[in-house]
Amino acid sequence: MTAAVEFRNVSRHFGPVRAVDGVDLSIAEGSFFAMLGPSGSGKTTCLRLISGFESPTGGEIRIFGENSGSVPPNRRNVNTVFQDYALFPHMNVRDNVAYGLMVKGVDRVRRHARAEELLALVKLDGYGERKPGQLSGGQRQRVALARALVNEPRVLLLDEPLGALDLKLREAMQDELKALQQRLRITFVFVTHDQGEALSMADQVAVFSEGRVAQVGTPAEVYGRPRTRFVADFVGSSNVLPPEMTQRLGGPARWSSLRPEAMRLIPPEGAALSGQVTALRYLGAGTRVVVRTGGAEIGVLVPAGTAVPEPGASVGLGFDRAALHLMDEA
Amino acid sequence: MNAAPPEPVAVTLPARGPGDRLSGLFWRHPKLLLGLLLAPPLLWLGVVYLGSLAALLLQSFYYIDEFSGVVVPEFTLKTYAELFRAQNLDIILRTVLMAAAVTLGCAVIGFPVAYFAARYAKGAWKAAFYLGVLLPLWSSYLVKVYAWKLILAKEGIITWAAEGTGTSAILNAVLSLPGIGGNSLSTSYIGTWVVFVYVWLPYMILPMQAALERVPVSLLEASADLGATRAQTFRTVILPLALPGVIAGSIFTFSLTLGDYIIPQIVGTSARFIGLAVYQFQGTAGNIPLAAAFAVVPIVIMLVYLTIAKRQGAFDVL
Amino acid sequence: MSSETRPPVGLTVAAGLGLLFLHLPILLIFLYAFTTEERTYQFPPPGLTTKWFAVAWAREDIWPPLYLSLKVAAISTALALVLGTLAAAAMSRARFFGREQLSLLILLPIALPGIITGMSLRSAFDVMGMPFSTWTIVLGHATFCIVIVFNNAVARFRRLSGSIVEASADLGANGFQTFWHVILPNLASALLAGGMLAFALSFDEVIVTTFTAGQQSTLPIWMLNELVRPRQRPVTNVVAIVVFATTFVPILLAYYLTRGGDDTAGAGK
Repeated sequence: MTAAVEFRNVSRHFGPVRAVDGVDLSIAEGSFFAMLGPSGSGKTTCLRLISGFESPTGGEIRIFGENSGSVPPNRRNVNTVFQDYALFPHMNVRDNVAYGLMVKGVDRVRRHARAEELLALVKLDGYGERKPGQLSGGQRQRVALARALVNEPRVLLLDEPLGALDLKLREAMQDELKALQQRLRITFVFVTHDQGEALSMADQVAVFSEGRVAQVGTPAEVYGRPRTRFVADFVGSSNVLPPEMTQRLGGPARWSSLRPEAMRLIPPEGAALSGQVTALRYLGAGTRVVVRTGGAEIGVLVPAGTAVPEPGASVGLGFDRAALHLMDEA
Repeated sequence: MNAAPPEPVAVTLPARGPGDRLSGLFWRHPKLLLGLLLAPPLLWLGVVYLGSLAALLLQSFYYIDEFSGVVVPEFTLKTYAELFRAQNLDIILRTVLMAAAVTLGCAVIGFPVAYFAARYAKGAWKAAFYLGVLLPLWSSYLVKVYAWKLILAKEGIITWAAEGTGTSAILNAVLSLPGIGGNSLSTSYIGTWVVFVYVWLPYMILPMQAALERVPVSLLEASADLGATRAQTFRTVILPLALPGVIAGSIFTFSLTLGDYIIPQIVGTSARFIGLAVYQFQGTAGNIPLAAAFAVVPIVIMLVYLTIAKRQGAFDVL
Repeated sequence: MSSETRPPVGLTVAAGLGLLFLHLPILLIFLYAFTTEERTYQFPPPGLTTKWFAVAWAREDIWPPLYLSLKVAAISTALALVLGTLAAAAMSRARFFGREQLSLLILLPIALPGIITGMSLRSAFDVMGMPFSTWTIVLGHATFCIVIVFNNAVARFRRLSGSIVEASADLGANGFQTFWHVILPNLASALLAGGMLAFALSFDEVIVTTFTAGQQSTLPIWMLNELVRPRQRPVTNVVAIVVFATTFVPILLAYYLTRGGDDTAGAGK
């Protein structure tokens, strides 16, 4: 099966700045693909390379097997939900949604009917006459989504679409987006810097760092078996352990990661590893206890309902040997 | 919306007509579109404006034959040398002094308006202040000058007001000042100065206001918290921060005064300013080379002025 | 210590006087248009009459200059709208080599005194042996009107979210469709404001015009002649009111079209 989008050794350099540097990626058709990384890591540039707003300075991008090199954005059957939504301020919601059909020459009656269908899909029936300025952030986001779907794109690109929403709304929209994608079976490519968002929604996650892809995999793989220190650090709040620490925990002399939830506090007497509590952070579902041991600080997640030690107390650290994940590279 | 997978639509849509093809061309060659956008304005300004400036420079290096009165298109520095004759140096000096006095007048009168608008005017008052400066800026130049001819005339409103309030003696004393006084306000340097200040005042207020609006209130409060009096805050905090705005405004007031030839012609003594000299040399005298050389003087003065202003950071508020 | 929130009395008075200074002289013109005194600028007017409006209407030497001024302003504004918008669009698209120099070039015709623009054009016409005509006036006016349109358009382009242009292309519109359906509707009020300001500026311009008009007379040149050699002073007053109104109305409209944004028209004449 051909991939929906394929990056073959793609680079995009702006003068001396290597925004994207030799990226290879394959995005399967019908998948929900997240591009995760800090700002400036090249993920948004990758998205703009797919939509055609940037052209690669090296390599090629294939969309359903076709080289997109010479195809301008308006002739790519790929649509985007922009970070700031980019709704047309002078048009009402219905005309915004129908815009893609209007420029194709679809007559007014048919395109308005179609726009109403899509507004119903995003639960905005009856909002057609309003101007974007009269909508809330969440509503604008839905309009942007409906507008991007009107042309029935083969790939939908979403550029930090939930970034401007407050927490509660963001979580609701995450569920809705996921449900929508499963219903429409369109390939979604989703850019975010929020690891929770990427892990909870995506089938596949690509973690970006400094213009390169650090790791691609399912959320479980990226979270549980990070390939590099960067991935371990950025995805979640893992303990990244240097080789000497790994050895003290009984592993080989290599960098490793250890999830806080895979560890538990035990009495210091007779424990293989012990130290002092230096900080506590209450997280609601549990408490993160930071323990200083052997020159390193290790976080331990203590579930709610379990006794939490005072700062300064001596504790022992217990862990499952299998949870110690060795990384390929530093 | 059906739940089935979307029917296979082509990934690459076909180009539909010349609009699409041309857009595609521009997308592949962004420089082409940029060039097409830039070409008309660049050609116009390059040919019409820069071409004319070149013609001005060219003419200033020609000279006029004293006997036939015909322009001789041969390179010479003779015309520029004429600028250094005593009567012409007088004109230049008089103009520069007037421009400096006008700039100073505009700064002093304009500062309270700009400061009040930037710091204390809020909401509707702010809009009213803004419009109150903007409308005189844009309303007819000639009408404004004309209004002052009415005001300053010997039989006009100022004389009437002075008589009504018993201050004629003061008015007469001012008019009898040596050098800047005269028969009436409309035939004195004072009159010319007042009209210049009036006409260019908005050009000074707007950049000053823009600069003052960038002074954060917290800075003023900090100064007050540290025990500074209002006068100290004004002198040590507000004035230095407003200075770039004053300089930006002074570029306009200075340059506009240097080049004006209408105001001294209508209100003032018959003494000539640079603008009037240019106008008369090219018109009645038909001496285009000398007129051109005279027109180069304000350019040189402004270039020097702009270089100094740029060092003071005046361009950031333009 | 409390922060000062109320303006000092001295400042309020000085600011108020400054504004009065800016506005009172203009009001005086209106009064003088109704005076019965024909030969001097006597104040207060000995009597009031409306007959000068009728006299001005009947004066045949006023109509051709008025017609010429309107024609020049209309053509210059149209040219400036095209050239200024193109330059603003290019500026908003990309950072390119010579960008700073271009904005300086656009600004120069109003940054340098009008007499230089005028004298330069006069020199050029002389060098090329070009006779004076409506078009020589237009050449000058369009040149300094470009910057007015440019300033308004560039400010609006800056405020216009760049992504709506991309959104349009993303949804399948080609460049021309994007211009027509997205850019132009959002640019229209700024262009209208810029056009009106350019019209007002051109209609009123006298300094450059005296160098490029030759024997032709625009309304401001007619007025200037009347100022230097007055014939019927109250008629000049009536014309002054007409000129004032013709520039005042577009300015007010331009302000209301663009107010509320950071690109309020007219701040940079």
